[in-house]
Amino acid sequence: MLTLMAQPAVQAVNIDAISGKLLSAHVVECFDWIQVGNFTAGFTYWFDPLTILMLCVVTGVGTLVVIYAAGYMKGDPGYARFFAYVSLFIFAMTTLVMADNLVLLYLGWEGVGLCSYLLIGYYYKKPTAVAAAKKAFIVNRIGDLGFALGIFLTYYHFDTVRFGELLPLWNALLAGGGTEEWSIQLIPYLLMLGAFGKSAQLPLYVWLPDAMEGPTPVSALIHAATMVTAGVYMIVRLLPIFTLSPYALPTVATVGALTALFAATIALCQYDLKKVFAYSTISQLGYMFLGVGAVSIAADSGGISGGASGEGAVGGVFHLFTHAFFKALLFLTAGSVMHACAGQLDLRKLSGLRHKMPVTCWLMFVGCLALAGVPFTAGFFSKDTVLAATLAQGMPFTDAAGVQHAGNYWYVILALIGLLTALLTALYTFRLWFRVFLGPVEFTMGDEHHEEEERHGGTEARRHEGAEDGDTHGADDAHGANDAHHEPHEMPWLMNGPLVVLAVGAIVAGYMGGWIESSVAHATAGVAMPPSDVEPAHHTLFGMDLHVAMMVISGIVAGVGIMLASWFHWFDRDSASALAGSWPRTVLILRHKYFVDELYDAIIVRPLRMLGNVFFQVDRLIIDGLVMFIGVVPRWIGLSVRPTQRGVLQGYGLGMVTGVAAIAILVWLALT
Amino acid sequence: MNVPIDSLTLSHFLLTGAVLFVLGLVGFVTRRNLIVMFLCTEMMFQGVVVSMVAFSRFHLNVTGQTFVIFALTIAAAEAALALGLVVLLYRRKRTLDAEAWASMQG
Repeated sequence: MLTLMAQPAVQAVNIDAISGKLLSAHVVECFDWIQVGNFTAGFTYWFDPLTILMLCVVTGVGTLVVIYAAGYMKGDPGYARFFAYVSLFIFAMTTLVMADNLVLLYLGWEGVGLCSYLLIGYYYKKPTAVAAAKKAFIVNRIGDLGFALGIFLTYYHFDTVRFGELLPLWNALLAGGGTEEWSIQLIPYLLMLGAFGKSAQLPLYVWLPDAMEGPTPVSALIHAATMVTAGVYMIVRLLPIFTLSPYALPTVATVGALTALFAATIALCQYDLKKVFAYSTISQLGYMFLGVGAVSIAADSGGISGGASGEGAVGGVFHLFTHAFFKALLFLTAGSVMHACAGQLDLRKLSGLRHKMPVTCWLMFVGCLALAGVPFTAGFFSKDTVLAATLAQGMPFTDAAGVQHAGNYWYVILALIGLLTALLTALYTFRLWFRVFLGPVEFTMGDEHHEEEERHGGTEARRHEGAEDGDTHGADDAHGANDAHHEPHEMPWLMNGPLVVLAVGAIVAGYMGGWIESSVAHATAGVAMPPSDVEPAHHTLFGMDLHVAMMVISGIVAGVGIMLASWFHWFDRDSASALAGSWPRTVLILRHKYFVDELYDAIIVRPLRMLGNVFFQVDRLIIDGLVMFIGVVPRWIGLSVRPTQRGVLQGYGLGMVTGVAAIAILVWLALT
Repeated sequence: MNVPIDSLTLSHFLLTGAVLFVLGLVGFVTRRNLIVMFLCTEMMFQGVVVSMVAFSRFHLNVTGQTFVIFALTIAAAEAALALGLVVLLYRRKRTLDAEAWASMQG
């Protein structure tokens, strides 16, 4: 294979030829992977600007998380296994983003799913971790079934799965004003199902909060920054086919907006640090889908040369990019808190840690600012791009030919949902930060050490190692195991170093919008976008440019959210409990995550289990019975003739005599 | 009772052979001692051999008698083999009872 890789055939795909769009991609053929009849799926890489962008995220954040994990996982007996899984994950994820055809994309897609399963179940002795791993895998199966069917249908209609061959076909269909063929229009819905599963959107989001059972670096890398964004990537990559169906992208946007709001409300009432971030991730992924869904559909806006805008897709990818930085940062700082407080993740039991772990405190502050969308942080710019693009879809515009088009008012509602979510985001983000780091200094250490004794094969090894390295955290842990005076402590720089880089990214990434815009426009998504020489429709809101207006509004929203959070969770914490006390039912529902897990359990898991039991009995009684019957009949026959072979010589003698006598009598009868 | 040998017919010899054969057969089926059972098979042999000699004489050719010489030779070899086996079996179980080897328990 290495020799094959040594001289790969590089060829530039000349997509510029199709409709004068600025697309550039390099295709690197490594080897033929699957070849059956006319069907070919090569192990071929496709490099276009979107691939490069995704590779930057995957390997960049991946590297930082791995450095952090080297400190975090120190002393764990599964250290090597952990990094083996993480490396496999990076391979699968890079394959996913570099794939040149849908089948190879699917290979990477399933590969990251497998690694996710392995890493969620990393602490395989913990029943909850094993259950969470299975849940993630099974829920993803539902989505992946849709994805697979989508690939089959694509091949059925277009006779190829390669992007380079699909794009001209799709472009031709788009230029011809779309298609009425229902089975082509079905493709985006099937693909979308896969994206919803992988990226934890309604109704398949349930696996992601449980996935927090894995080690924290895994939550940061796989379940926040990279793998869960694969769904967004896939939709942007295949955007042209999504624009072929009039309702596909609005569906994506609607699901995204609803998920964003839904998850944000749940995050408001969670007490587990990582659970808050998990729901926040679902919510932010919702934003990305909202953005990707806010792309005009060619048929609705008078052809792609009309007022069509791909800005939403840019916003979705932009948010993906910035989110990777600040969410990885938030998860890793949460991991630091967890590490420092012996596994304690309960917001109610942590308070005033700012002096104990100042670096972590301020790093998380930067992450929270970006997540809340405070002006001039990364999250601010990307969220605004998404919201402005959504709102733009909802506004009337005049196309190049001077024809008036009414906006799709549904998108206005979605944008308002997005704004409300932004408020909630600021609220729950700073609720967490104010609770953990500000306020009176009081905290209860977790009980991780007892668990860790089993998990890490005894703390003795840890203590020893810590003492040898002169590493404070190891030494502190040694006290913590038995000592009541154990205190939270700052992390070593091996762990804080990568976080500083991420924190810088959480600010600076917001200024890379231009790069991301050109990356998306020059990738496969560009086929569905207007040519660069077409002036995009210009919108104004409150007399300002739409983007400026949106920035002002969302800046105010974020500020209000943070102020509310500071009042309830910093200055006057009693009022927060009083507020919760006055709406006991709402709080109960939110705390139980809308009882979705219970609902799924009642309407899906249990009926399936009952059905499984029925099948089991059918199998046991009828199928097994039949098989057993076939086995038992020769046994019975054998049993009936067994007495003739008892090993008693006289018996054999008698048998022989009888036989000979019988023959003799027969002969005699015959002769007479 | 002095009967001249000429007065004996083929049937007498065949009867003798048959009696020998049946005696051997009954002994083989009823006795449990391995050596006695073996002797009984030898007796069945002799019954057959007598019949063959009688036929040879009756038909006035030597085929039957030639065959008898063959049979006796093989019987001698087989006797050596069988007795060797009996010794071996005896060493295993310290008994000559054939029942001791009915271990298949069908």
